[in-house]
Amino acid sequence: MKIGDKAINFSLVGIDDKVHSLNDYSGSYVAVIFSCNHCPYVRAWEDRMVKIQADYEKKGVQILAINANDEVKYPDDSFPNMKQRAREKKFNFPYLRDKDQTVAKSYGAQRTPEVFLFDANRVLRYHGAIDDNYDDPNAVRAHYLREALESLLQTREIATPETPPVGCTIKWK
Amino acid sequence: MIHKVARLDELRVTLQYWEECPSHDQALARLRKVLEDEGVHVDIELVKVESEEQAMRLRFVGSPTILVNDVDIDPPTTSYYGLTCRAYRLEDGRISPLPSERMIRRAVQEAKVNLKKV
Repeated sequence: MKIGDKAINFSLVGIDDKVHSLNDYSGSYVAVIFSCNHCPYVRAWEDRMVKIQADYEKKGVQILAINANDEVKYPDDSFPNMKQRAREKKFNFPYLRDKDQTVAKSYGAQRTPEVFLFDANRVLRYHGAIDDNYDDPNAVRAHYLREALESLLQTREIATPETPPVGCTIKWK
Repeated sequence: MIHKVARLDELRVTLQYWEECPSHDQALARLRKVLEDEGVHVDIELVKVESEEQAMRLRFVGSPTILVNDVDIDPPTTSYYGLTCRAYRLEDGRISPLPSERMIRRAVQEAKVNLKKV
């Protein structure tokens, strides 16, 4: 998927055992983030994901985290473990399971975490990493996702619409 | 009384990594800095782990893995070996794909002390 493309709708089961579709969030800015449980890059960034959701929820932003990993080779990424992780880290966004990996493949996702930020018209406006420092949240210099959200909210062009996603490879079956 | 002077060039330092995990360059830079700070001037053996079989043979728990005299700087509690990225629990409780400088330094300093005891 490239900047300017329209989002591909999906319907996936979330950890609340309900089906979530992209179309359910019409009118919102939606950040689809391919994620998982086991990857240390996700684990380094997930508190920041929670913080971003908290900071921007009232401004009409919704994060949807999607785990597409193969849970046979990576049992930490199983659906029950997703529920546990969400409880432990107090996820304030839906955490969805892409069991047959169809959504990840249709989006061209390669890494976890990997962000696809769509505007209210479902046009892809930012793709890539959450920020520029997976290791130390206090040493972040470029808050890519936050800056993209601010630009969208202020109807400005996003200065950095694309960055290389940094993280583990998606674990394909 | 004979005092054993540590032969710091007897330290063996190894960085094992899987190329699909992007933190190995930063791990190497961090390792080099610590070795420099500690006055340890040895070549770092770089081992690129490329297959599940090699990972099993090396008991590779993930990338990056740093060994000092064949001892993992953060001895793993898992026996899962394979091509994966490694999670380190840092001193402040955070998870990171990188070992901290402190972790590396502690291992190098312990190895130096152990050399003196031989």
